[in-house]
Amino acid sequence: MVAHLLRLKLALLRNSFRRSPWQLVGVCIGGLYGLGMVVFAVAGTALLADADTALANTILICAVSLITLGWAIVPLVAFGVDLTLDPARFTTFTISRPKLATGLLLSGFIGVPGLLTLLLLGGQLLAWRRDPLALLAALAGGVAGALMCLALARLTTTSMARLTGSRRFRDVAGIIAIIPLILLGPIIGTAAEGIESVLDWLPRLAAVLGFTPLGVFAALPGDLAAGAWGLGAARLVLGLAYLGAVLWAWERGLHKSMENPLAPHTGSKPVGMGAFGIFPATPRGAVAARALTYWLKDPRYAASIVVVPLMPVLIWFTSTNSGNPQLMLVLGPLLGILMAFAISADVSYDSTAFSLHVLTGVRGVDDRAGRVLACAVFALPVTLLAAILPPVFLGRTDLLPAILGISLCGLLSGFGVASVASARFTYAVPLPGESPFKTPPGAGARMAVVQLATFAIMSVLLLPALGLLVAQVLTHHALFGWLALAVGVVEGAVLLVAGIRLGGRWLDARAPELMQAVAANR
Amino acid sequence: MSNSTAEPGTPALSIRSLGKRFGDKVAVNGISLDVPAGSFFGLVGPNGAGKTTTLSMATGLLRPDAGQAWLAGIDVWAEPLKAKAAMGVLADGVRLFDRLSGRQLVTYSGLLRGMDRDTVAERTEDLLRVLDLQDAGAKLVVDYSAGMTKKIALATALIHSPRVLVLDEPFEAVDPVSAANIREILADYVAHGGTVIVSSHVMDLVQRMCSHVAVIAEGNLLAAGTVDAVRGGVSLEERFVQLVGGRGNSEGLSWLHTS
Repeated sequence: MVAHLLRLKLALLRNSFRRSPWQLVGVCIGGLYGLGMVVFAVAGTALLADADTALANTILICAVSLITLGWAIVPLVAFGVDLTLDPARFTTFTISRPKLATGLLLSGFIGVPGLLTLLLLGGQLLAWRRDPLALLAALAGGVAGALMCLALARLTTTSMARLTGSRRFRDVAGIIAIIPLILLGPIIGTAAEGIESVLDWLPRLAAVLGFTPLGVFAALPGDLAAGAWGLGAARLVLGLAYLGAVLWAWERGLHKSMENPLAPHTGSKPVGMGAFGIFPATPRGAVAARALTYWLKDPRYAASIVVVPLMPVLIWFTSTNSGNPQLMLVLGPLLGILMAFAISADVSYDSTAFSLHVLTGVRGVDDRAGRVLACAVFALPVTLLAAILPPVFLGRTDLLPAILGISLCGLLSGFGVASVASARFTYAVPLPGESPFKTPPGAGARMAVVQLATFAIMSVLLLPALGLLVAQVLTHHALFGWLALAVGVVEGAVLLVAGIRLGGRWLDARAPELMQAVAANR
Repeated sequence: MSNSTAEPGTPALSIRSLGKRFGDKVAVNGISLDVPAGSFFGLVGPNGAGKTTTLSMATGLLRPDAGQAWLAGIDVWAEPLKAKAAMGVLADGVRLFDRLSGRQLVTYSGLLRGMDRDTVAERTEDLLRVLDLQDAGAKLVVDYSAGMTKKIALATALIHSPRVLVLDEPFEAVDPVSAANIREILADYVAHGGTVIVSSHVMDLVQRMCSHVAVIAEGNLLAAGTVDAVRGGVSLEERFVQLVGGRGNSEGLSWLHTS
């Protein structure tokens, strides 16, 4: 029966490739990237064999604990567990509970993340290649550790299902979870400065982690290498007990949820007319009101600009670390382009709800202009602030006109480019209601091409104003700065209008084709 | 809104040799059909017969490979905006903007069609009332049940008082009371000069509700005309099975007999 479930998972994976070759390409790219990381990490572990045993032990325990913790937490908020084999679909089959659980658990290894984790944790054995006994223990501990990862992921998602099943929790948690990831770079950079103190407490942390479910299996080979047989045996028993407990708890939760399926969560707060009462009662105003409502209510939109408030922090970290505060001046242009880019996948986000636009025969120009308007409501003030504040605080008000010109050019011409792009190029995005950070398998290739091209065009369009800024810096003539402002605003305005018109015309001509394209992305 | 000057006798919907293929599969194989103005027209056919594809091509959602469609005399693919103004469509299998409340969604549909705010507000309340969605009007559509979602989608198709209503599976997942309400609204609409085209699997419903019917299977039109003419004395369901064929032989499963 377990073999049946594994074969089923394999067949489902194969069929999904057959449905869309792009998916295969995406999985291959993702898999190769992951494999590269794993090879890199395993090569690193191999080097540990020559290092001090205690150090190797510390590093391995900490790394494995981090990976295991990741498996326990990340599926909760971001990607969810791979539900190709959704336990709920097996309710009507007579499969014994342990067999179903075993099958579901092992099926996690059929798939890119599970397989890579297995390889990564199994790769620990290279660190212990000088000691055959520890090497064997590392192999067994690696496999057991990988099982622990999958089991913990299942346990946390199943037991938190009632909470994570609520729309609001997922909406909020998904976005909050990404913030530390984005700030990881600066955090590590700052932490690295205090490297001595880290080296001081890391061994103690590892010693504790070695007795928790997170690191117990990773600590096993170290015991054997040090000749601490008793401790090793105790740890093995402890680890197996942890694994058994996690599996038992998951299996119980699984059956509880299968016997009492979740009632659909209803009962959102009543809402008024919101933005529909504010914008003018025209097709254009209606599109703007709808789009603005989505910016506020649909986490996929919020996720696409979650980097915006973090960007100042990131750049501030970088600029203080590198001792060059002038770096803050790029904030305005950068945020302008980023926010304009946010509407370049608008029709993809609509998914088949876009049919309402097709059926009502709203003109393409109104559709385009409404979406730009909604985004501009917050993007324009933010861009202005990001362009004005850094030069003022840095005492470089001489550069203010040029920076302002480049920023507005980035925002306005970016809107124009995005209006054209989203009228023609759709790609698979998370569907309405899905986690905003879920990447549809295989969306990668097409999405990357479209996004890179859009970004590249937006950047190239900045060159005239940018050139004038360079001229000002070189010649110290304020005139060039004012020219940059004029050129930036005029160029941006022209491209904005042209982009909306062209995008609108394309939309009018190709609305049915666009409709079929978003329908195919389901 | 419905002030186009079609001559009397112009069919509400007229399609000629409409065809569509997806890859190797012919979904619709050159269908020609006239829907008389003022009729309650049922489009029936087994799963995958091409009903949704045909209706999508007639309503401007899917560009046909061949053939033409006229809505109240307006060429749907030559003058799409004019044609779309004259019809209200409930498409099957598409999402709604479900992060809006029901009231916002219906308002959105009206405003997109260029109607003024007061008319939209008045009609939205009327629609919510007759569809029994008044209490749910302030809730997000994403939290609606399947039947409520169907009803709110119907409201978005009705708001501009179209001359022709094209409804793909309007009764699916709708509870019996609401279904009866919807039937009453549609019958009233037809009695006052409108035309309704519905697709359905439920023969019984079509026989009771519709004045005309067309049978589609495997992308071909098998029969069309008044319900009485098509069924020819037997029930529509029997006639449908005769036309479409493919009734399996249930005697084959003798092991299923438990006694």
